[in-house]
Amino acid sequence: MSGQNKLMAWIDDRLPVTQAFEKHMSKYYAPKNFNVLYIFGVLSLLVLVNQLLTGIWLTMSYNPSAEGAFASVEYIMRDVEYGWLIRYLHSTGASAFFVVVYLHMFRGLLYGSYQKPRELVWLFGMAIYLALMAEAFMGYLLPWGQMSYWGAQVIISLFSAIPVIGPDLAQWVRGDYLISGITLNRFFSLHVIALPLVLVALVVLHLLALHHVGSNNPKGVDIKKHKDENGVPLDGIPFHPFYTTHDLVGIAVFLFVFCTVVFFFPEMGGYFLEKPNFEAANPLKTPEHIAPVWYFTPFYAILRAVTYPLFGLDAKFWGVVAMGGAIAILFVLPWLDRSPVKAMRYKGWMSKVALVLFCISFVVLGVLGVLPSTEARTTMAQIASVVYFLYFILMPFYTKWESTKPVPERV
Amino acid sequence: MKKMFATVALVFASTMTFAAGGANVHLEHMSPDLDDKASLQRGLQVYTNYCAGCHEMKYARYERAANDLGIPHDLFEQNLLPADKKIGELMTNSMNADDAAQWFGATPPDLTLEARLRGPDWVYTYLKSFYEDESRPWGVNNTVFPSVGMPNVLEHLQGVRHMTCAQAPALDEHGKPKFDTLTGDVLTEEQCNVVVQKTAGQLSEEEFDQLAYDVTNFLVYVAEPSRQEAESLGIKVLLFIVLFGIFAYLLNKEFWREIH
Repeated sequence: MSGQNKLMAWIDDRLPVTQAFEKHMSKYYAPKNFNVLYIFGVLSLLVLVNQLLTGIWLTMSYNPSAEGAFASVEYIMRDVEYGWLIRYLHSTGASAFFVVVYLHMFRGLLYGSYQKPRELVWLFGMAIYLALMAEAFMGYLLPWGQMSYWGAQVIISLFSAIPVIGPDLAQWVRGDYLISGITLNRFFSLHVIALPLVLVALVVLHLLALHHVGSNNPKGVDIKKHKDENGVPLDGIPFHPFYTTHDLVGIAVFLFVFCTVVFFFPEMGGYFLEKPNFEAANPLKTPEHIAPVWYFTPFYAILRAVTYPLFGLDAKFWGVVAMGGAIAILFVLPWLDRSPVKAMRYKGWMSKVALVLFCISFVVLGVLGVLPSTEARTTMAQIASVVYFLYFILMPFYTKWESTKPVPERV
Repeated sequence: MKKMFATVALVFASTMTFAAGGANVHLEHMSPDLDDKASLQRGLQVYTNYCAGCHEMKYARYERAANDLGIPHDLFEQNLLPADKKIGELMTNSMNADDAAQWFGATPPDLTLEARLRGPDWVYTYLKSFYEDESRPWGVNNTVFPSVGMPNVLEHLQGVRHMTCAQAPALDEHGKPKFDTLTGDVLTEEQCNVVVQKTAGQLSEEEFDQLAYDVTNFLVYVAEPSRQEAESLGIKVLLFIVLFGIFAYLLNKEFWREIH
């Protein structure tokens, strides 16, 4: 035995390194018919690592206080060696995270990746999405610009719409009567320690659950039904080296786009870095138009679309309920889809139309959430919100009623 | 024609909520040129002479500006650095913020990030859009920033301008001039919110435009001093990624040859 092999044997006797590598990489058999939409899981992981690393370096120079936060960000941008690069990687990474996660979720909807036996994969994924939203929201307060401040003010004040306990709850979250240095400090703590820990733990669970049941594929064919004499799926290929080399190409394409934004358009026309955030937070001056960052706008539009009071509770409360419901309903998706087939290509026309309408409504809501509301836009947002919810509420019916095409045995 | 258009600015004071350069104000376009070191140096000079007394740049350092703009430290210290400052310090001033709020109605804003906050077009147009208005404490107002608290410190250079009724290009709802469909000429109409030159200043119109351009250019630089470094490094990074991508593609192709 060579020295290297001896060392590996020594370690393997004490820690299952080779076993783990085989289980998750070199003997993890993935369907060989993955298409381009299957890159976004790996890219999410890449962006997560980017956020963790750049976040560590930002924390070295950032000052989490109401007096010093804004100036310390500019200090990073000007006086820290390559501070501008670290900061733009982090700020662009935040938006990129949501881009890849939304596409990853769309892939799940398209190919029924949430269906039995992958319900827990979906649930852990949804928990990641929820933690990611909290992480992004709290991170957005940290630069302590005008939009950081007033965006947080608006969102936290939503808690006060809850009857009886609302106002006290909002104050408890802020730790003050309005957003202040106290809020900033607790958000900093949650952003750099608590939520990253939760996120990483959930990612591990997401991957463990996935590798236990195996990956779905664009045809929704169960590759474990046909195995060779060694128990290897006939339509499966080892993740390493086949998908690792495959993913490198996708990573290169992603990095090209990502770095183009980082180096040339870090503000992305005011969508990644909002212009009012170049002014330090001022509790006495409300910006003309407060809009959340783009990745929250679909839900913000649903919140604003609810304009009717009901059961003696005002519209704002029901807006919060609708917004919460829009996210919560995604969790039960695996139990709403009653279709015998997974992939959209074998489902009926109703599922196809429903998914298209759902995607359109999501994008329309996203656009409307950026714009100041007018009467016509509110009507549009109401229609889009209804479509959004109908996609889920009607799913048990249209997926059961429609006729599906037969799924082939092999990919 | 462009020049005539440039002397005209519209005021929709009734619909303006706050002077953040709302969509209703036509802004002149200004394309920054960070390679034009002479322009940036002149901009810094104007900032130092006319703006710095009231407007700080408290996130920027003198030394960084000197280095980036190619000004030798000894020259900078002799001509541009305030007597009580060292070159490594932040570009602050000694005006008390509360006093300033009393004198001008609001504390003069820090200018470090002004160009990123409002955009170069706004800054450029704002600098050129002061006009005589006796109803204001400092005797001037601004079409881009109605009821502005700032006096027109560049007035002796630009000359006095005032608002009057005159023939001016008719604008459509997008703020673009309307054209006669037959002749192609700009349509004009009698308007009573036209700002025109009243008395000449020390500089000609072209010279003043250049000055406003230089100041704006400098403000764009100082708002993001890393811009040029980012772009030159960005090219190299993208080239590396392309190269990496080619090898990744070939590697992938080699491995996948056996998969059908």
